[in-house]
Amino acid sequence: MKQGFSWRVLVFITPALLIYAMFSALPLLDTLRLGLYSTDDTGVRSFSGLANYATILNDPQWSASFWNAMLNNLKFFGIHMLAQNPMGLLLAALLSLRNVRFAAFYRTAFFLPTLLSVVIVGFVWQLILSPLWGVSERLLGWIGLADWFAPWLGLESSALITLSLMSVWQYVGIPMMLIYAAMIAIPEDVIEAAVVEGASPWRIFWQIRLPLILPTLGLVTILTFVANFNAFDLIYTVKGGLAGPNYSTDILGTLFYRTFFGYQSQVASATMGAAVATLMFLVILLGVAAYFLLVQRRLQRFAL
Amino acid sequence: MRHSFHLAAAAIAVAGSSLAHAGNLTIESWRVDDKALWEEVLLPAFNKTNPGINVKFAPTSPPEYDSALNTRLTAGTAGDLITCRPFDVSLDLFKKGHLENLNGKAGLKSFPESVQVAWQSDDGKNTYCMPMASVIHGFFYNKKVFADLGLAVPVTEADFFAALEKIKAAGKVTPLAIGTADQWETNQVVFTGIGPNHWKGEDGRKGLISGKKKFTDPEFTSTWETMAKWAPYMSKGYQAQTYADSQNLFGSGRAAIYPTGSWDISYFEQNSKVDFGAFRPPVQKAGDTCYISEHTDIGMGINSKSKNKGDAQVFLNWLASKEFADLYTNKATGFFSLSSHPIEVKNPVAREMIGWRTQCKSTIRLNAQIMNRGTPSMENELWNVSSQVMNLKMSPKDAAQQIQTGFAKWYAPTK
Repeated sequence: MKQGFSWRVLVFITPALLIYAMFSALPLLDTLRLGLYSTDDTGVRSFSGLANYATILNDPQWSASFWNAMLNNLKFFGIHMLAQNPMGLLLAALLSLRNVRFAAFYRTAFFLPTLLSVVIVGFVWQLILSPLWGVSERLLGWIGLADWFAPWLGLESSALITLSLMSVWQYVGIPMMLIYAAMIAIPEDVIEAAVVEGASPWRIFWQIRLPLILPTLGLVTILTFVANFNAFDLIYTVKGGLAGPNYSTDILGTLFYRTFFGYQSQVASATMGAAVATLMFLVILLGVAAYFLLVQRRLQRFAL
Repeated sequence: MRHSFHLAAAAIAVAGSSLAHAGNLTIESWRVDDKALWEEVLLPAFNKTNPGINVKFAPTSPPEYDSALNTRLTAGTAGDLITCRPFDVSLDLFKKGHLENLNGKAGLKSFPESVQVAWQSDDGKNTYCMPMASVIHGFFYNKKVFADLGLAVPVTEADFFAALEKIKAAGKVTPLAIGTADQWETNQVVFTGIGPNHWKGEDGRKGLISGKKKFTDPEFTSTWETMAKWAPYMSKGYQAQTYADSQNLFGSGRAAIYPTGSWDISYFEQNSKVDFGAFRPPVQKAGDTCYISEHTDIGMGINSKSKNKGDAQVFLNWLASKEFADLYTNKATGFFSLSSHPIEVKNPVAREMIGWRTQCKSTIRLNAQIMNRGTPSMENELWNVSSQVMNLKMSPKDAAQQIQTGFAKWYAPTK
């Protein structure tokens, strides 16, 4: 049978392609275009090439804000990689063991915070950690650590870490579920063979289970990366548009918000905001490209 | 036959729907706390004399108001009546063509020239918002705590700190109910409230604008120095204390003194059982002239893209009336009408605060006029450095230096 051009394929793809183009691709391209324009006092836009980018990277004020936001975002991502994903892995590993009592309940309980609105999460944690009426000081006192209590959300040194941990608490369910699904897909024969040959559970985990779920770990990492560099809502809810104290919780998302929509008397600038958004896009693109080059290409299929 | 019947029906429907829209107005505002007041008191009063016009009050939370309003104006979905922030924020909206020019409108005659300045272009030729009300900055104090400790209302800074010491020593309540988590209070309540006594009100402010004075001059640096001294008297962990926390702390009687402005009077009247009074920002030495910060805070303008400018103008004319001035001053307690109508203020705390107009010289918030125009935004910078100074993370000298450097970056007269 001759393989002619299949019109049916085109018909099936077109609706999805149209929606994707209208709501994802075109706005993205328009943002890239908008970043090449400048706005003056009366709101008139004119083409200015890479002037916005030159300002962001060279002007001392903009440059300091931008790199501060970048660094904070990297810290935000780092905390998620150090806390969220290992915890997700640990929980998934524990829950995938045989004969764990109430496993279904635990799975649901750990996943529940993901469903909560970020505004609720921010508000509730802010209340728990409040030095005036929060329970955290008293709870620490019960285990003798009352001296360790500090207004963590208000101190430059700890505000970002605290917010990152709040985000970790909320989203740990997602890596947990993804890794759990991968773990229960590991064929039993392989594990049984290892047990028969006398491998300890520890050895089974590190040398059999973990290597077999590496693709999922890679996926979780790249998803965390993209989500963290797009993050905005939790910081904005708890700390407002100015992301204090002293911009220590300012990440790329909040910097973009202030630039694009303005804040208090800082005038909104759609063109400068588009430039910041484009830089965010490039950073994420770099990360995803690195993932595809270094990780995705090395994934192999196996058959048993 | 059927064709023309359908056409006629369609025409009536269109005409009917446009009639239905004719009398609708929406007000954009940041006064979320006043929603009940507008819906239950002010708008019904307006409707008594103007029955055909339906007005809706649709506020947005204060820190988000400017960004959200800007977005709505650009997109063309903003309400008909815009509550205007004073000076540069609204001037920017006017320059971008979002606000109607109100030159020559009858209502403006009810307001003195001096208050119209807040909503006029630099050359004074174009007015774009009708003034509404001002707020006065000061301190509230818990009368019972003061009576128990035998404290008199402080007049000088020495009195102020002595009182704080006594309250702290007694150990029962927090001396000062204020935190730095939300940042705006450190500038718009503290710096701008106690500062005029240091920089002599309008002298200092006009000096900065003319370039004769700089932020690094002693009178401005000393304000930050005084603010740094407040740290021991605020609650433990004040760095994570928000505005709502401070309101709750004072309102529940667990704090003695609450730095604020008159806008909070109605909040405490409705939500707290504390018997409170007000005192003005302390002067530096006994016998000094006192200065208060009275800020021309609220005005109202018309969206240039409004579909109902006629009714909007009727509403603005009503805002200029004595009836509104009386209602607003006495019901939105803590907001003082800017009109020339003589009004009797009924609330005792509000009456105390408005009385300071005659005892002291007035000035507006330091950076409200002209100084907020450049990049870096001085308002954001002041929030930042004032919070850091109160957190004891930045020295007053460095704070002054940062503001001055940022100011000189774009403002020629101060270089």
